[in-house]
Formats: sequence, C-alpha cells, structure tokens
Amino acid sequence: MVNFLIRRVLAAIALLIIVSMVTFAIFFLVPRLTGASSADLASRYVGKTAGPQAIHEVEVRLGLDRPLVIQYWNFVKGIVIGAHYNFGPSKVYCGPPCFGYSFVNQTPVWPDLLDRMPVTLSLAGGAAIIWLVFGVTTGVVSALKRGSPVDRASMGIALAGVSLPIFFTGLLSLAIFRDNLQWFPGAGTYVGLTQDPLTWASNLVLPWVTLAFLQAALYARLTRAGMLETMGEDYIRTARAKGLPERTVIVRHALRATLTPVLTIFGIDLGTLLGGAVLTEGTFSLPGLGKFAIDSINNNDLPRVLGVVMIGAFFIVLANLVVDVLYAVIDPRVRLS
Amino acid sequence: MTEKESQETISVQAPKAFLEVRDLQIHFPTDDGLVKSVDGLSFGLERGRTLGIVGESGSGKSVTSLGLLGLHNRKNARVSGEIWLDGQEIVGSTPDQVRRMRGRKMSMIFQDPLSSMHPFYTIGAQIIEAYRIHNDVSKQVARKHAVEMLDRVGIPQPDKRVDDYPHQFSGGMRQRAMIAMALSCDPELLIADEPTTALDVTVQAQILDLIRDLQKEFNSAVIIITHDLGVVAELSDDILVMYGGRCVEYGAVEDIFHAPEHPYTWGLLGSMPRLDRDRTERLLPIKGSPPSLINVPQGCAFSPRCAFAELNEGRSETERPELREIAPGHRVACHLDREDRQRLWNEEIRPKL
Repeated sequence: MVNFLIRRVLAAIALLIIVSMVTFAIFFLVPRLTGASSADLASRYVGKTAGPQAIHEVEVRLGLDRPLVIQYWNFVKGIVIGAHYNFGPSKVYCGPPCFGYSFVNQTPVWPDLLDRMPVTLSLAGGAAIIWLVFGVTTGVVSALKRGSPVDRASMGIALAGVSLPIFFTGLLSLAIFRDNLQWFPGAGTYVGLTQDPLTWASNLVLPWVTLAFLQAALYARLTRAGMLETMGEDYIRTARAKGLPERTVIVRHALRATLTPVLTIFGIDLGTLLGGAVLTEGTFSLPGLGKFAIDSINNNDLPRVLGVVMIGAFFIVLANLVVDVLYAVIDPRVRLS
Repeated sequence: MTEKESQETISVQAPKAFLEVRDLQIHFPTDDGLVKSVDGLSFGLERGRTLGIVGESGSGKSVTSLGLLGLHNRKNARVSGEIWLDGQEIVGSTPDQVRRMRGRKMSMIFQDPLSSMHPFYTIGAQIIEAYRIHNDVSKQVARKHAVEMLDRVGIPQPDKRVDDYPHQFSGGMRQRAMIAMALSCDPELLIADEPTTALDVTVQAQILDLIRDLQKEFNSAVIIITHDLGVVAELSDDILVMYGGRCVEYGAVEDIFHAPEHPYTWGLLGSMPRLDRDRTERLLPIKGSPPSLINVPQGCAFSPRCAFAELNEGRSETERPELREIAPGHRVACHLDREDRQRLWNEEIRPKL
C-alpha cells in the first residue's frame, strides 16, 4: 500500500511537470511556431501605442529574446524561489510561488489567485456534497424501484437537470428566490466563511443548488445504471443465498461496487470545478477562479491566464490522485495487482 | 369446517420426505407471453441422498433451484405449488421467513465461483458474514470457524488464506471456498448449480469428491443441477430429467443409465462422449433445439424433436403425456407403449451408444 502511494504521488508530480511544460509551450512556443517573433510577444505586454524601442526593452527585460528552455527554467525558478521584475525605474519582487506578474493590473498573479480560491472552493465543495448525496440516493432508489412512479419522476427530473443550462436555472433561481421571495437577499455576493459563516452559507445556497442540480442529475443516472447492473451480478445472488437481509445486500454488497465508477467521475468533476466553475461563477457574479480566468482572457492578461491554467491542472491532478488512492482502498484488486 | 377449509387441510398435509416438492410452477409473465420456466414439477428427497437434475440449457433447472431457495425474482414471478423442507412450507412463507432459512437450512453452490464471490471482501469476511447471520457469535469465534471450514474443504494454510481476496485464489480453490461458505451453517439441503462447469477437468473430480465426502459428514440432502451426465453418474442416487420445465423421466441412477425409457434421455446419453466407443463413430446429438418456454409445443413438449413421435398416431402432438410410474421409483412421461420403448432401447438405441 505504501509502495502504491509513493508510486502514485511520483506519477502525479511527473504529470504536473509535463502539464506545466505543455502549458508553457502553448503560450510561448506555439506563437513562435506560427511565425510570431519575440517582439510580437513582447508587444502584448505593453500599451498599443508603444514604439519599437519600448517593445524591445520589454522583450529583453522579460527574457522573451532568450531560448525557450531558459525561459521555462526561469518560470519554474520563479515558482520555487520567486522572481524579480525590473521595470527600469521601479523594481518588483514577486515572492515564491511566483506564477508570473500581471502587467495589466500591476500585481503578481499568485496572491490574486489565492484571493479567488476560497470562493471557488466554497462553491465547488458545497455543491459537491449536495450533488453526491442527492444524486447517489436518487439513483439507488430509482434502481431499486425500477419502473415505479418514483423512478419515472426522478429520471424525468434528472433529464431536465441534465438538459437545462446553468445560466438558465441560475437566473431563474435568482429571480424567484432572491428577488421575488427575498429568501436569500445576499445571493450573488460573496462573504468569507471566516467573516460570517451564516451569510456565507445563505449567499451560497442558490449557486450550490443550481450547480448541484445539474451534477446530481448526472450522478443519479450514473448511479441508477450502475446499481441496476450490480444488482444483477452473481455475487448479489450469493449474498441473498447466504440469507443476508435485503438492506445489507444493498448497502454492503451492491452499493460499494456501484460507487467505484461514480467515485472516478466525481474526482474528475470536482477537480475540474476547483479550477473554476465558469458558468456558475459568471451567473452568480462570484469572484472565483472561473470568473478570474474569463476576465483575464478578455483583458489579454497572459500571465494570469497561465497562472489559472496551472492551478486548474494542479487541482485535476490532485483530485485524480485522491481518487486513485480511494479506489485502492475500496477495490483490493487495484491495490494488489 | 367448510368444504374449502377441509380441502386445504388435505392438501397441506405433512410431507413424508425431508424435501418434498409438489406440483411446483414458476411462471413469468412477460410482454411476449407467459414464460413457463417450471411447470408442474414434483419430487422428494431424503437426507443423505443426492438428486441429480439434468437437462439442456433453458429446461428450467436453474429456476427450480432458485425457486427452492426463494431466490427467484419475486417482482415478476408467479409461483404455485408446495415446497416442504423439514416440515416447513416455503412457497407460502413470507420473504423474511424464507430469508432466515437460506444459508442455515438450505444453501447453494454456484457455477462460477469468481463472479459469485464479492471481489471487494476477503474470503474470510464472506464466510464470517454467512456464519454470523445465523449464529450469534463474536467475530473472533466466527473467524475461527471460517478457518476450520477452509481447512475442512482442503485449502492449505487456511489461517493465512482466510485473509485473501477471491481473485488471489485459483479456480478450484475458489470453488472450495464457495463450498466452505455454503456449508458454514451446516445446512440440511445443499443445492449445487453446475458446480464444476467453470473448472478444469482435473479439478472437477476433486470438487465432486469433496462434495460427496462432505455430504457423508454432514448428512445433508444434495441436489446437483447439471447438463453433464458424467457428474450425475458420479454423485447421484436419483436422477430427474427435465425438459421444457417439466420432468420427463425420474429414476434411480442405474435405471436412467441402463434402462432409460424416455427418448429425450436416450438423446442425452447419445450425446455424451465415451471412451469405450470407437472414435470414428460420431456422437448422436439431439436434433433441433430446446423449445421456447413461451411456446412450449402442444402435447408432448419433446415431440418436434422426437424420432419416435409418429409411432403414436398424433397423440404426441395433441395430448400431454402424464408422468407415470412404470416400476418402483421409476417414472416416465411418454406416449409410447412400454414394450415399444424397451424394444427400441434394446434394439436401436443401446447398440449405438
């Protein structure tokens, strides 16, 4: 088991390094391959009116004229030990981990990312709990009552959940529960958990439910399909032949096997969302990583985009690592092979 | 006492045998029609005896065994008839009553031990679970019992292997563990549904030996369900040949192998490979395929495939033959005259086997 853990962590680290290389290449190598010179790249960091002289200065200062390997090395070095940015008159120190410096906003990228992270964490974490509980429960009940009105109703609602886009359900929920009923007057603004836990929760209820509705629908269908398949397995028949009560058969024998594939998807989904729930954050104007990414793209703020992509990749790799480990805990065949 | 009540008292009289099945019917209504998986099956079995149920795929063997344990799909099955096990009737009992009997009074060994054991739990945990449902003991005691059971079925180093997972066992070892699990509560009726089909030939004999030894030790009644006549010849005292959800021939193992009287039984014997026959001679398969249980042929279900059906001048296609006792303990459902059957067997069938 320890061996397995070490192997998985090493693999995750290797994967992160590769991801950073690929991301870096997309931002700095691909433009070159398509014929952009380093001066063209540098022109993105200065105002539109800057002359060739100013562009050249930026090119040298940012090291855009140096070989790509050196640039990558400096980028990684910045993450580990921090980096100095020299703008002639003013010098800026970007402490570790330095994920670059936003020239548009005149701030290092990392503190801004750190600022946005609690929002996305709150949103994704809360929604994940809701959708996992509701999705799996609905799926199990539907499977066990296959063909019954409960099953048909749940699957109908689930179909709606899968089909309705978040910006529709989200705006609808805001119109009804915030504006009309005034139940969650603060929805659409974010208050830190440590500041005021009650307001934090009350403001997040609508985004949580909206996001969870979509995901729970997917999970209900997934769990239902898995459960139906598992209930037909030979080992379920064996469990019944032993004289186990039906409850034990379902919970101990069927559910555990059903949850394994659900867990895999859950890891990927959660990882993806932690990198930014773009639609939900946009709909509820929550200042999370997703909104950060969109704003950065719109502002042509490359260092920020690079930073948010790296963070997103990090969360996905991390979530997959956790899932792998959980998988091994659940299924002995993974652990021992 | 009204007339209806008195009739019930007559039909619900205590059975003579340890296991007695009376006119068991298991039907499944489907969109395509009524599937008569088991259609009027009766037999008895004493403790210490072994009954072999033989038939092709889809003859209703497995549904019968699942029905005995109350494991058939309760949502869509229509079950009627009576199953008496040690004085208790099963068909009319509540699901929970039957559940309490499963594993303790009757248990089952399945065909494929790999898929029949839960992949996420150790062999030991699965045996302990089976033992603790019916016995109020601590985990330590149950574990000790599990190790003893594994030892009893011939698994080496049982105290270590008890913590292994099913996928770490070989096929034969898994089936031994399955048997240990089935026998952990000392059941009086053991049903083995194709217990050796998924195993290597060399392992098959070991498993059959094991079942026979354990039967002697536990003095349980055993039902072996198989399509392999070699297996039933090895183990059974009596044989029940099933076709189209019904019993077509029932008798002691010697009768079925040496003086069978149903053309279907002849066909089964003819399609069994034998070492004492010249290799140039071909096996004699039964032509055609088993009937759909939705549209069981009118009259004798076997008539479309029977080489001798025309000898009955149309009765085979119109009238269903009753299961009649032709000799003590030997019953056959066939329209042919007894003399004709014996003549056909002795002159036409037997020399070709």
